[in-house]
Amino acid sequence: MRIDRKQVEHIAKLSRLSITEEEKDIFGTQLSNILDYIEKLNELDTRDVTPTSHVIELTNVLRDDTPRTSLPLEDALGNAPDRTEKFYRVPKIIE
Amino acid sequence: MELYRLGISELKELLDKKEVSPKEVLDSLFKRIDAVEDKVKAFVTVTRDKAYEMAAKNTDGVLSGIPLAIKDNICTKGIRTTCSSKILENFIPPYESTVTSRLLEAGYVLVGKTNLDEFAMGSSTENSGFFPTRNPWDLERIPGGSSGGSAAAVAADECIGALGSDTGGSIRQPASLCGVVGLKPTYGRVSRYGLVAFASSLDQIGTITKSVKDAALLMNVISGHDPLDSTSAPVAAPDFTEVLSKDIKGIKIGVPKEYFIEGMDKEVESAVKDAIKTLESLGAIPVEVSLPHTGYAIATYYILATSEASSNLARYDGVKYGFRAEGKDLIDMYMQTRAKGFGSEVKRRIMLGTYALSAGYYEAYYKKAQQVRTLIKKDFEEAFKQVDIIATPTAPEAAFRFGEKTDDPLKMYLSDIFTISVNLAGVPGISVPCGFTSNNLPVGLQLIGKHFDEATILNVAHAYEQSTEWHRRKPEL
Repeated sequence: MRIDRKQVEHIAKLSRLSITEEEKDIFGTQLSNILDYIEKLNELDTRDVTPTSHVIELTNVLRDDTPRTSLPLEDALGNAPDRTEKFYRVPKIIE
Repeated sequence: MELYRLGISELKELLDKKEVSPKEVLDSLFKRIDAVEDKVKAFVTVTRDKAYEMAAKNTDGVLSGIPLAIKDNICTKGIRTTCSSKILENFIPPYESTVTSRLLEAGYVLVGKTNLDEFAMGSSTENSGFFPTRNPWDLERIPGGSSGGSAAAVAADECIGALGSDTGGSIRQPASLCGVVGLKPTYGRVSRYGLVAFASSLDQIGTITKSVKDAALLMNVISGHDPLDSTSAPVAAPDFTEVLSKDIKGIKIGVPKEYFIEGMDKEVESAVKDAIKTLESLGAIPVEVSLPHTGYAIATYYILATSEASSNLARYDGVKYGFRAEGKDLIDMYMQTRAKGFGSEVKRRIMLGTYALSAGYYEAYYKKAQQVRTLIKKDFEEAFKQVDIIATPTAPEAAFRFGEKTDDPLKMYLSDIFTISVNLAGVPGISVPCGFTSNNLPVGLQLIGKHFDEATILNVAHAYEQSTEWHRRKPEL
């Protein structure tokens, strides 16, 4: 599987990563090599095999809907790089 | 004997009898840290003042006065938790993880937060966003990873015991390379609430200690169901110290032929084979077994782990966790923050996972890997019909030199070839010291158990450890 520069750019964009021209080449080669290695999974016939998403059999873990104390606002916002009043502040989205 | 040399159980005895005070223990330990930390670089943060404060409080818990180190991807309220990543360099958790809450109730003393491969992605601690940790047995070599800081801190006697996390071998492999005991419990046995998520279907918190008994003591505190982690299993945990009978007569030990392969390090192979002979002399019965899909584990893992990571790490967007880089608009701010905040291995894995989950590729990669995971899990189920535990090398070689594998990600990934299947199957595994190479580098024996049967591997590991002298050797620093 060859990952070309264009694909690297596309994947980086989906990943929300800004990458340099040099990184496009390096990641392209490295990702291609890793995907070549992963190709070996195709040696196995898995047509009738159920996928495993989780190894222990737990489904729909529920709890009673009782109110609990939540994290204080000041604590929750404590790590914000930028904030105003009780909100996180981000660069302007709408012109 | 200097106090810092002791393990948890030995130190606990002295503290319980009031032969030493928690303050004397800390004085000894920080003297040790001051003497060797510059060489080893195990800690991202040393919590000296906090430690003395903690040692003065809660004096009647089972771990009162016991100084432990915590891997820096486990949240400690009010204490910087970085994941060894620039993106979390100044992150102060507003809450306590369940494991450290339980340790706090038991009276533990936090000595510091240990270095790791950024976000636990790596096998050498070279991917730390801050600095690499060195192997106390040879400072020119890596300590393993990703819990390299915890393993090196225990081996260098810079703490009495430690917690790590293990997604593909990140407790067992560094424990093996540093000559200490590393236990990855069954998936679901220990709450992950407050563990910074990497690959959620694989991540597990466990222990790194100077002896198997110490692992059992810590497991007694951290195990058990937690309503705050919906993946923690509602299964009762036994008293793990009571299962260490040393009687292993008749226990069947599976030796998988796929784990002793052409080209593996001869010294590692012979140390592990000797260990199996020792177990036989103690009354265990070796049985050859087969885990036929072993050769597919790494490929499976690097699809599942990276896919899950690409989703888990989406939250680091420059809005909530301290670090932000400027951008010309919101999207550009995200992209610049992540470009400057993440190191190259993290970027590579996010990109691989994003690719595997992207439109048109999901079936070919993610679903396929989940199906192969089923086959790997079945391999263990079949083997465990014939045997009680499985014995293998923990790592294919002893500690390697810095830079030896950094240019080739695949070569690095192969360091976890013997540990990854255990995470995919969700079973418990322990690494216990079983010898040294001619270069005086430690070798580890891995014992793998059935789901929720840490008891048997702990007992066998304990029996082995107590009949050998490997765990008594200390590196010269």
